[in-house]
Amino acid sequence: MNAESFEIKAYPEMWKELGMDVERFDKMRLMLGEIYRKTYLTQKNRPARMVYFDGMIAELHGGRIKELLAAKTEGRPVIGTFCVYIPEEVVLAAGGICVGLCGGSQGSIPDAEKILPRNICPMVKSAFGFKVGRVCPYIQVVDFVYGETTCDAKKKTWEILDTMVPTYVMEIPQMKKQSDREMWLHEVKEFKAKIEEVSGREVTVEGLNKAVKVMNDKRRALQRLNTLRHTKPTPISGKDVLLVEQIAFYDEPVRFATQVNELCDELEQRIAAGEAVPGKDAVRIMVAGVPMALPNWKLHNLVESAGAVIVNEESCIGTRYYKDLMAEDGKDMETILTDLTRRYMNIDCSCFTPNDERIEQVLKEFRESGADGIIHYSLQFCHTYNIEEIRIREACAKAGIPYMFIESDYSPEDVGQIQTRVEAFLEQIRG
Amino acid sequence: MFVGVDLGSRAIKLSAMQGGKLVDFKIRESGFEPHRQVQEMIQEYEPCSVVATGYGRHLVKEYFAYEVITEIKAHSLGIHACLPEATTVVDIGGQDSKVISLNARGQVINFQMNDKCAAGTGRFLEIMAASLAYPLGEFGPAALESDQEVQINSMCTVFAESEVISLKNRGVPRQHIARAVHASVADRILSMLNRVGYGDTIAFSGGVANNPCIVEMVRRRLDNVQVIVPENPSIIGALGASIQAGRA
Repeated sequence: MNAESFEIKAYPEMWKELGMDVERFDKMRLMLGEIYRKTYLTQKNRPARMVYFDGMIAELHGGRIKELLAAKTEGRPVIGTFCVYIPEEVVLAAGGICVGLCGGSQGSIPDAEKILPRNICPMVKSAFGFKVGRVCPYIQVVDFVYGETTCDAKKKTWEILDTMVPTYVMEIPQMKKQSDREMWLHEVKEFKAKIEEVSGREVTVEGLNKAVKVMNDKRRALQRLNTLRHTKPTPISGKDVLLVEQIAFYDEPVRFATQVNELCDELEQRIAAGEAVPGKDAVRIMVAGVPMALPNWKLHNLVESAGAVIVNEESCIGTRYYKDLMAEDGKDMETILTDLTRRYMNIDCSCFTPNDERIEQVLKEFRESGADGIIHYSLQFCHTYNIEEIRIREACAKAGIPYMFIESDYSPEDVGQIQTRVEAFLEQIRG
Repeated sequence: MFVGVDLGSRAIKLSAMQGGKLVDFKIRESGFEPHRQVQEMIQEYEPCSVVATGYGRHLVKEYFAYEVITEIKAHSLGIHACLPEATTVVDIGGQDSKVISLNARGQVINFQMNDKCAAGTGRFLEIMAASLAYPLGEFGPAALESDQEVQINSMCTVFAESEVISLKNRGVPRQHIARAVHASVADRILSMLNRVGYGDTIAFSGGVANNPCIVEMVRRRLDNVQVIVPENPSIIGALGASIQAGRA
């Protein structure tokens, strides 16, 4: 893609119809386009197939929204979410569409702080602010928002968000005992009933099996991409993989999987040809921790601008979303939903206690990714990840893994300090 | 000639080495357009290789430095060169504070840095000194002489200043308040030391190491640990950068 001519396309008429603050949103669009151009399109030696994903950003506020509106006219519901616990297979089985909502930008935080307390998670504030300021086309389109109970900031914010956009809350337990499993399965069934009510379509065994296949294919494509980037030297930048992972949350899943697989085909060719990004000797960093919602590219940009490369995201935006698959061709509804619950309960979010499997998972991904060190990344006020960090740090010390912890938010004010810390960490690894 | 420049938030420090020995150093206030100032400062050493460190390191690299290293690496190299027995470095500069853990060869094995606010930094001490009407050079010695410690609870520069004002208005002598300010910085250094872990010899570097009260209060808070200060702590970062210049 030509860096000079790149822009995020404007659709002022459609935005107006969606009830958005068009004037303000248009400024945000220009700013985001500029940041994208600088962060992404100045990279050297990018895989050619990234052009599809550049296109998904160019049409972030237009093309994809048009598709969602068209689907709605066919009676297909659109459900917005901020969490990987949403049972996407159930949504798909009812002909519905899942979209990850905006929540990764500083721009909407002042809107949220007019109402919410300041000292809560920036992702929750950003997401809420996008609705208050009417500057996210996705939240304007949704039939309802899927909320969950994975943290206090979210669950109490849903009560207030519900006054602006219908918000359905699914209870996620905090432990993984048998009684919690039963409760979760029950919650999945209630969610299925809700989807059936909103879509007016029954979720059948056949439909659900098809949806499971679609989601498995999508997750397998992402697994394949992650395995290929683990190659030494890596054929793709961490920033580009992060972008693909972010787009996974709003793209049409079948098309997305096809595109990711085509990108993977190209990466295989690059690996065979020994093409490396950014260089053969670049320090390899694995990121663990909280999700990075679009357009949160802050850490990746700092690390890769310092000459290192990120080779894994142990995060909801990364492996936590695609590491687990479901069994295909389930014979009856109860079997499929039980397997679905099993699959989602394998997600090792820090909202659970105990959560030892995550410590194991971080070490496993470190070994698989061939990383030289781990940066644990948390958002401010994310108590569960910030406290679980202690255990990850101890596990890394025990295993002799170079480790650094960064707690940040979406504002640019700590970029200088983080840059120094990242560079010092890379110096430490290089010895 | 091998030159190291440390472009800090408050001052530019320069170290010039030849044949593995320090031959000259300079300290100048940062002011504006630090790269031009550095250009003037290095002129007399030409031809020379320059390594830059400090907050302005990337700016300088665009003009003439052939390599940049972080303050963490620079202070480690500098301390290891003049105090090789130290395995822990406490560097308190104008804008940030760091605790660095070294192995016996002087390589960084772990470090902690304060986050984005001024808590526990040189700037914090400057603001507190001003609010108690002490010239900076007298602030530490005066505090050291106080025999009474009142408590300041906040490490936030803004809140701590209002605590200082309320102590003044309760009639507490300023020397005791000065002591409290130093104690709060020392406590913060201690908490960073505890996070990183420390060996039996801790070396101070950075401008704040010139403050005798901070060093003494940290020393008193530690048992069986030697706390040492190099002859000229402000230039340790620049010294480390000039050592790096000689290596390449």
